[in-house]
Amino acid sequence: MKNKIRFVQGNEACVEGAMYAGIDFFAGYPITPSTEIMEHLASRLPESGGRFIQMEDEISSMCAVIGASLTGRKSMTATSGPGFSLKQEAIGYACMAEIPCVIANVQRGGPSTGNPTHVSQGDVNQARWGTHGDHSIIALTASNHQDVFQITVDAFNMAETYRTPVILLLDEAVGHMREKLIIPEAGELDVVSRLRTSLGRDVDYHPYLPREDGRLPMSDFGGEHKFNVTGLFHDMWGFPSNNPKVIRGLLRHLTDKIENNIQSITRYKEHYLDDAEYIMVSYGSSARSAIHLAKERRARGEKMGVLELQSIWPFPAGLVREKCADAQAVLVVEMNMGQVFAQVKAAVKKPSRVFLGNRIDGKLITPTDIKTYFRVLQGRGV
Amino acid sequence: MARQKLKEIVINREWCKGCGICVHFCPTKVLELDFDEKSVAIRPEDCICCKMCELRCPDLAIEVLTYEGEDNEK
Amino acid sequence: MAVKDYLRQRFFPHMWCPGCGHGTILNSLLRAIEELGLEKNKIVMTSGIGCSSRISGYVDFHSLHTMHGRALACATGVKLSRPHLNVIVPMGDGDALAIGGNHFIHAARRNIDITAIVMNNRIYGMTGGQFSPLSGTNIKATTAPYKTIDQEFDVVQLAIAAGATFVARSTAFHAKESTDVLKKAIQHKGFSVVEILSQCPTHYGRKNKEGDAVSMLELHKTNTAKLGSKALEKNPGLTARGIFVDLEKPEYCAEYDKIIAFAMKEKVS
Repeated sequence: MKNKIRFVQGNEACVEGAMYAGIDFFAGYPITPSTEIMEHLASRLPESGGRFIQMEDEISSMCAVIGASLTGRKSMTATSGPGFSLKQEAIGYACMAEIPCVIANVQRGGPSTGNPTHVSQGDVNQARWGTHGDHSIIALTASNHQDVFQITVDAFNMAETYRTPVILLLDEAVGHMREKLIIPEAGELDVVSRLRTSLGRDVDYHPYLPREDGRLPMSDFGGEHKFNVTGLFHDMWGFPSNNPKVIRGLLRHLTDKIENNIQSITRYKEHYLDDAEYIMVSYGSSARSAIHLAKERRARGEKMGVLELQSIWPFPAGLVREKCADAQAVLVVEMNMGQVFAQVKAAVKKPSRVFLGNRIDGKLITPTDIKTYFRVLQGRGV
Repeated sequence: MARQKLKEIVINREWCKGCGICVHFCPTKVLELDFDEKSVAIRPEDCICCKMCELRCPDLAIEVLTYEGEDNEK
Repeated sequence: MAVKDYLRQRFFPHMWCPGCGHGTILNSLLRAIEELGLEKNKIVMTSGIGCSSRISGYVDFHSLHTMHGRALACATGVKLSRPHLNVIVPMGDGDALAIGGNHFIHAARRNIDITAIVMNNRIYGMTGGQFSPLSGTNIKATTAPYKTIDQEFDVVQLAIAAGATFVARSTAFHAKESTDVLKKAIQHKGFSVVEILSQCPTHYGRKNKEGDAVSMLELHKTNTAKLGSKALEKNPGLTARGIFVDLEKPEYCAEYDKIIAFAMKEKVS
């Protein structure tokens, strides 16, 4: 039992979550502040028969993950801003070819090399729109190590359930901070395994034909069924097609399989939200400061609460609208120039009541910073 | 070893694109392109079964079917 | 099994131009696979983007048609995951050595057991005839209307320097030789590179007055000579064909298996 309580970095919590979820392949390239994920997996994976490879660049890491996943392995890579940019081509491929995999992006300041050792949440929109063309994507995040563990397990589960890449949008502060992690016993959390086709050798297998429940059973490379995988628009056998019906159908499917399941995908936490007049919407390490402030203000009788988002894409607009319906003001607390702010504004009934409380200088946003924003929006001066 | 003897030169006219590689490099000039720009075996009796047309055909359209002849046959 | 049994015949006739050398290379490759008696379910054909990459759609194996230049990177994931599979990666010259150049040298450096085939027609055919890193100087291309000034790579020398443990070259004209070389490359335990000179009559031949497919194949015959041959000795300007390197060195997946065995033992003790 004593091994189950650990004092670790957020990046290690992510590794523990991945191991719990059954990861057995990792390919990566060193980049601050995500490197600890690959370092720990380099030693952990072979212990359980999994495979780890340090590739020549970020692009090939994502590609190797795609290759490994097609052979039936639960695969993951980890990166940060510039590396995330490089991976976009292959992430798009994984969306198109419906290849389950997890990409952890431990965010740092950008654009470009930016601020490698400092925190930021500037990749929210890149996670959604980084690759070209229409598609939907799942992006998850967490603000403390226990949640990082849980959300990593969720990421692997959703990758398998929806046959899609899932982005784990962590940040430098959570990634590098140390705190307690309790590792759940095996069986405590649900782990979704790869759904494989039950069709026999001589039966025509369609790798891209959804079952009634929308899931697409896979067949491992090396197994009974030989099929084609391509980044081109393709029919249900995986062969390229220019047929307008096929193109439209596939594009709709890639979007609908995620957007129509937003209820099951959405992850969030409420902190003092019940009767809150002032609501902070936040996520990742920013949410820690927001929660801290809300707790402090509640002690003084102020009705302040936090809606902590743990899934950012598909954006839970309905949830945000419902939770913020009675708020006098909504402050979106994040470390970018308003990427989630824009989503919240678009989601709520009264957008004029939504404000941005941000910090973009590489420093973690503090409760004091948020206090200042509230003083301004409550008309109490700076 | 027994010498290979020709049974038939099968040319898939659907697949042949008429590039003329088989015609040009045939050592005994067995093949020619017809009016449709498709390869045909017009002198199969001259075929020495080297199968180079089959091996070089970029359209995978040629099959030289052979059988084992008797030893020392002239 | 006949060669046809390895094809997805419903996609034929294929999309390559009349006289394209890539079809001949597919032909040679299938014969190599047939002669080795490989099981169709044990082959993963991984390709990138370009004329060459269409080869993966035509073969009745597990086929993975990836992104431009990324075939070897994807193939590395497949092979390391399931080392018992035969991973064959046909690539074009631009695919393998321009956009995919980094993956090429690093796959060679690792000596991972993958068979890389560079179908070298010295041009980007799919996009309509731009020069490639294997075109060399003084050729015409749509992006070199005044002729190229770019020097070319020597794939064989590059592969050897990068650490490939089997390196060979043949041509689309020498179809039997290609099959033999490919057989050895597939059987080789380690990273093998086979450069096969191909002809693109549509874009390269026409622009550079090399004529049709037939006359381009004649050039494969006259401009090359077998390694160790008198012809090559007399005329070192000819392009050498044959097997340049065939070495035994630790293979990546086998070495990683040792790491797994060690790590598992450490964990238990």
